[in-house]
Amino acid sequence: MDGNAKKVVFMLPVLLGVLMVIYALYLDLFYKNMAYRGILLVLGFLLVIAGLYFLPGKRHRMIVNGLFLLPLLGAFVITVLIPFLFGIFYSFTNWNGIGFTQVVGLANYVNMFRSPDYLYSLVITFLFTVVNMIFVNFTAFALALLCTSGARGRNFYRASFFLPNLIGGIVLGYVWQFIFNKVFPSLFKGSLSMLTDPDLAFLAILIVSTWQYAGYIMMIYVTGLQSVPKDVLEASGVDGANGLKTLFHIKLPMIANTFTVCIFLTLVNSFKQFDLNFAITNGAPSRILGAKAIASTEFLALNIYNTAIAKNQYAQGQTKAVVFFIILAIVSLTQVTISKRREIEL
Amino acid sequence: MSRRKFRGTIIELIALILSLLVLSPFILVIFNAAKKSAAIVISPIAPPDNWGQMIVNLQNVIHNQNFSYWRSFSSSLFITIVSLGLLTLFSSMAAWVLVRNKTRWSNVIFMTFVAAMVIPFQVVMLPLLSTFRELSSFIGIRLLSSYTGIIIAYLGFGGSMSIFILHGFIKGVPRELEEAAWIDGCSPEGTFFKIVFPLLKPVQMTVLILNGIWIWNDYLLPSLMLGLNGRIKTLPVAVSSFVGSYVKQWDLILAAAFLAMIPIIILFLLAQKQIIQGMVEGAIK
Repeated sequence: MDGNAKKVVFMLPVLLGVLMVIYALYLDLFYKNMAYRGILLVLGFLLVIAGLYFLPGKRHRMIVNGLFLLPLLGAFVITVLIPFLFGIFYSFTNWNGIGFTQVVGLANYVNMFRSPDYLYSLVITFLFTVVNMIFVNFTAFALALLCTSGARGRNFYRASFFLPNLIGGIVLGYVWQFIFNKVFPSLFKGSLSMLTDPDLAFLAILIVSTWQYAGYIMMIYVTGLQSVPKDVLEASGVDGANGLKTLFHIKLPMIANTFTVCIFLTLVNSFKQFDLNFAITNGAPSRILGAKAIASTEFLALNIYNTAIAKNQYAQGQTKAVVFFIILAIVSLTQVTISKRREIEL
Repeated sequence: MSRRKFRGTIIELIALILSLLVLSPFILVIFNAAKKSAAIVISPIAPPDNWGQMIVNLQNVIHNQNFSYWRSFSSSLFITIVSLGLLTLFSSMAAWVLVRNKTRWSNVIFMTFVAAMVIPFQVVMLPLLSTFRELSSFIGIRLLSSYTGIIIAYLGFGGSMSIFILHGFIKGVPRELEEAAWIDGCSPEGTFFKIVFPLLKPVQMTVLILNGIWIWNDYLLPSLMLGLNGRIKTLPVAVSSFVGSYVKQWDLILAAAFLAMIPIIILFLLAQKQIIQGMVEGAIK
């Protein structure tokens, strides 16, 4: 078959596909009950694509590129991009999860900053992020030093430190709820569960979060520590530097970029903490602040979830989520900029 | 020398104690999944008297209507495997196009993918539901509480990081290989599937592991998109709804937790090195 005949043959499926799509859209707009319109739409779409693919011509390469990009880009656009843009728009309306009747401007934002439970969860999320970042990185680095000290059986304890990180936060959260409610009170006879006291419940989440995440961060530090050249360490040993001196003057400065990575990861991860929070305390116990009961361990992610899903205030929940995004973006960009600058100085 | 040996022994001892401490929650799960609830009340720490009780507990949980282990296990497995397969294939294809065609548009698309990594799930989760609902009624194909919908969602959410990691790797693949194939008469798509795709294996491992751990353990997305009591349930959602309906029945809850943990622990024991390496490399890149 020569080029022209091919062109004519493969124009047919393209045209047929376009017609099918148009007919499906027509059905969709006027006869909502036609059951096959979805299949018709998808089939028509596929026909157009197939026809275009086989159509000979100079643009073949471009069509192939488009087809290669299409599946992932399509999924990304409908799951991330469109919902993100709509999400920002909905935060200015009285959206109820299905539709909205009016644009309310900044009212949601004003309400949000007036509600004490939101301000409270903002504060404890920041607190949690900072303390958790310190806990996790400190523990992880100590474990990494332990794991690179050349002791026997290090594969076993490396794997055991790493293991908690593989199990999902939901399952681990329930297990730890059991430990706090049953095991600890039985170990320390007569004590109440940590989860009944607002401050101790906060500490409980910190403990679990460190336990879960430190092993992962440890492995990154291990990789960093192993990348420090052996001859540099030997040279420092010959010069008479002891273990601590080597640590502070050679190892730490040489793995500065590992610190950047680890601090960034723990920062973002702690800030977004949801699963453990949800499964261990779900915000409980409540704390009395100025004659109002407030969920004492409700971090931002959980606060957003509860506002929208439990209290059915979709627009308000969406507004909180938008602010959550803005804070997260600012915090993570600032952190990266600062640590990058520090790295260069070192 | 003996002093150094002594120090080494101390370090090993500390490491051993610490790892047992870290593992203790898992040990407690195994112990208490093999007890009756009365025995848990008496002592939650002691090893069980009768390991046979574990089988009874596990059977109780497996046959429980709210948990339906085999169904939720196979749903989780199906969702994870299909999402991972498509994600690896599609993100490799997309990343290759974005690297090899340097235009203004490819740059914009790549930057959009990268920038989207900062977006927390909470911002998109509510509008995602309404977008999918609208789209679903528009094209007449079920997207909420269906495998199609959740797999598309995992493609969308996993795409950013996968593209980012693959993009970095493909830049290092020599272009000459592709040009040689081109001269030998290979089509562009043939070049990709026969030459480039096999070369990406090591980095695809990283993409698979990072996304696999996340998708397998994810709770929020399946709980919203599939519903808590829908016909499809993933394992984390099943555990959560089981705990909700058997509040404080720790013997059953821990048996359920045990069942939910066991697949990934077995996988970890089989492919420890690859899993650790994959996750660490993904983080560093």
